[in-house]
Amino acid sequence: MLRANLLACCLLLGLTCTVYAQQKGDLFIRNGTVLTVTNGTLPNTDILIRNGKIAAIGQHLEVPDGIEVIDATGLYVMPGIIDAHSHIAISNVNEATNPVTAEVSVGDVLNPYDIRIYRALAGGVTVSHVMHGSANVIGGQNETIKHRYGETDPDALRMEGAPRTIKFALGENPIRVHGRGHNVTPLSRMGVEFIIRDAFQKAQRYMEAWERYEQERKRNPRAVPPPYNERLEVLADILRGNILIHCHSYRADEILMLLRVLKDFGIRRVVFQHANEAFKVAPELAAFGAMVSVFADWWAYKFEVYYSTAYNAAILTRNGVITSINSDSPELNRHLYHEAAKAIKYGGLTEDEALALITINPARQLGIEDRVGSIEVGKDADLAIFSAHPLSIYAVCKKTIVDGIVRFDADRDPDDMRLRVDPERPVELAIRWGDHQHHQRCLEGVDLIAFLTQTLQSVQP
Amino acid sequence: MKRLLLLWVIGWLLSLPAAQATDMPKARRGVFALTNARIITVTQGVIERGTLIIRNDRIVAIGTDVEIPPDAEIIDCTGLEIYPGFIDSGTYLGLVEIRSLPETRDYREQGDLTPHVDALTAVNPNSVLIPVNRVNGITTVLTEPEGGLLPGKAALINLFGYTPEQMHVGGVRLMVLDFPSKGRRGPWDRRKPEDIEKAFRQAMEKLNEVWDRAELYARIDSAYRANPEKNPRPLYVPALQALLPVLRGEMPLMIKVDLAPDILEAIQWVKKRGLKRVIFSGVAEGWRVADKIAEAGIPCLVGPILSLPTRESDRYDKAYANAGLLHAAGVKIAIRTGDAANVRNLPYHAGFAAVYGLGREAALRAITINPAEIFGVDDLIGSLEVGKKANLFVADGDPFEPKTQVRYVFIDGYLIPMDNRQLRLYQEFLHRQPGLELHPTTH
Repeated sequence: MLRANLLACCLLLGLTCTVYAQQKGDLFIRNGTVLTVTNGTLPNTDILIRNGKIAAIGQHLEVPDGIEVIDATGLYVMPGIIDAHSHIAISNVNEATNPVTAEVSVGDVLNPYDIRIYRALAGGVTVSHVMHGSANVIGGQNETIKHRYGETDPDALRMEGAPRTIKFALGENPIRVHGRGHNVTPLSRMGVEFIIRDAFQKAQRYMEAWERYEQERKRNPRAVPPPYNERLEVLADILRGNILIHCHSYRADEILMLLRVLKDFGIRRVVFQHANEAFKVAPELAAFGAMVSVFADWWAYKFEVYYSTAYNAAILTRNGVITSINSDSPELNRHLYHEAAKAIKYGGLTEDEALALITINPARQLGIEDRVGSIEVGKDADLAIFSAHPLSIYAVCKKTIVDGIVRFDADRDPDDMRLRVDPERPVELAIRWGDHQHHQRCLEGVDLIAFLTQTLQSVQP
Repeated sequence: MKRLLLLWVIGWLLSLPAAQATDMPKARRGVFALTNARIITVTQGVIERGTLIIRNDRIVAIGTDVEIPPDAEIIDCTGLEIYPGFIDSGTYLGLVEIRSLPETRDYREQGDLTPHVDALTAVNPNSVLIPVNRVNGITTVLTEPEGGLLPGKAALINLFGYTPEQMHVGGVRLMVLDFPSKGRRGPWDRRKPEDIEKAFRQAMEKLNEVWDRAELYARIDSAYRANPEKNPRPLYVPALQALLPVLRGEMPLMIKVDLAPDILEAIQWVKKRGLKRVIFSGVAEGWRVADKIAEAGIPCLVGPILSLPTRESDRYDKAYANAGLLHAAGVKIAIRTGDAANVRNLPYHAGFAAVYGLGREAALRAITINPAEIFGVDDLIGSLEVGKKANLFVADGDPFEPKTQVRYVFIDGYLIPMDNRQLRLYQEFLHRQPGLELHPTTH
């Protein structure tokens, strides 16, 4: 059995190497119903893909010689789905050793072998914002990846040119890990505010010290530079506006707190993650220009999400806040199209507004809206092809395309799509998920034993 | 005088909305005629432009040629569809309010062997979660204890009532057995295969020891009952006493079991113990051994459907496809969410099962008549038939589709207010007053 598995994997590896030899593809998608998201729905439309980019969109386009043609007659083509909050494709989630760990980055632990990349593709997801966990008030830096499953070089996953982002976390998680877990600040939401202000103050001093040094060096070539500090370097880059904050948060009060802090430090851009109570402060968020990424309907898994509503996305959208729906879960990310559809039920968003929640809006939140998030000429050819309208329960994702390359094909892919067998697990035993395990990874890596004990009862984002 | 009158009128007008706001919507019973509806009976086909009459707790008439009683309140259902209330065959609803807070968690008792505890006892009829979930057409759920080997008894409850007894459907209780597993408990479980096997054997030994004792206890108890003068009364052992109805076939045994090797072990164990009324719950890898389950004739409560495959080597959609593969093999299935806060997503679990192989009709049955039959209450609920309980809902389209809105829900004949905290938060905060301007007292 084991040998058969290994053999299958070797064969598979050989296969994938030939399939994925090229990075960017040429394709012709014929006669689909094209959901552009930014430019309405186009019936009976062709899409020409050249070198990984959308080269033309229109009816009865000329088919170039030798190009692979996908017949999308009766099918729906939408932009590749973007998950603004994920923890797939990394081997660690939390550096839970200090309330501030701006210096670390999940981009250093990318794992291209993670089967969950493929499973996300099978739900039409082409881009994930892979985030540090929520153990620390200022956590590590995140990585925006493309689901180029089949590539084995971690660097091949990175979405080249995507802006830098960093994880912040407010409320119960950092309080539990640091305040209750290790008797240090923060033990309350007051302490959380102080941690952030303190970090920014120190970063300002650090920047001033370096500016003084740069000035002095012009006069004195033997001037002594201040000690280099990677954590403060990153924080300084946040203050300079070079790194976008994505902040795990739930309650309205803590959301307002961060808005005040950011205003005081002249930081203009922020995306609130989860933000189950964002609907309570929608006018303030809109006025600030803050964006919000939420769950469709998850609630009641802990106290700070007890006063939630599934109408959150609709209230935010109607108040002018750019809103997305994310997964934070390797299970939920496989049906984000279904999660988006719930915003039609809960609050009456239009189909285009619902689709925007998982395409162009998360693209804006990650600063990659010029590249992905809609079907437009010149954009990356990241597309998902569905058997029915993707907001219908009866839709099945048939093909997912990244940079013009078909990375998921429901009809052609073999069942076992692992790229290798984990040598530490020669025998594949099934996982009994049970009822409570499908949710969270936000606190993964935090005091594993204590965490697991609690996890068996309650896994929390 | 005129000004006084004017002031009075203004005052009266101003008081109106306040008075209405305190007027809490309440559930009410009566005689209702749901007219011009598309009626999906589940067991007797679809009736176009039909009428359904509810009197008190029962459905008293269904058809196209139904006389509307003069005392009936008419609800025009033109363009709408009536379905039997959906049944979720595995939840923790009513037993938990906020999952991370132990103070609000009542689904797990101390110890591995607590068959004497009863989920119904801990059901909170006023849980905020209940109205949030029932407005999506879920009228009935199985709510279950968990943890350990024999965590207690699950109960079938309606999602309306002021006491657990009012909610209890048909007196249904199921003894839960969490079957020992040869699998990993999660991706974090790094135990060696031999250690897992050893733990499984130990757990099986424990289960068999308990069951041997229970069988002995049942014999002593039976002897005593047959002749109390001659035979000794059995000692007071609450766990063994609680298992008596299971051994006597009076209460079904619900075995929670997911993985293929565990399912095979469970089938053997059930056969060896001669148990007649057995139900499997979870059954994530049922598709691997579907023919064996069908052969054993054990019905399965399958789910959650929106779930990950159990093995990395499995096809990505196996959790969605499982229900369909079991059904195709001839296993009787119902669908469960395994949830509490989002039992409202049951129609979507069924929808995913439908599109990944189960088909729409079978998926509908898996959340209506099938669970009613499996739990032995198909004379009460599970389909729209004359004489059955008025557990039903009216929707503006296919309830599996997320965009469909549920308009009316009846539980035990009560017309339920379509109201809950999530909806109220929406109504309050969609256009917040004050918006951005500061309140006069704050500046």
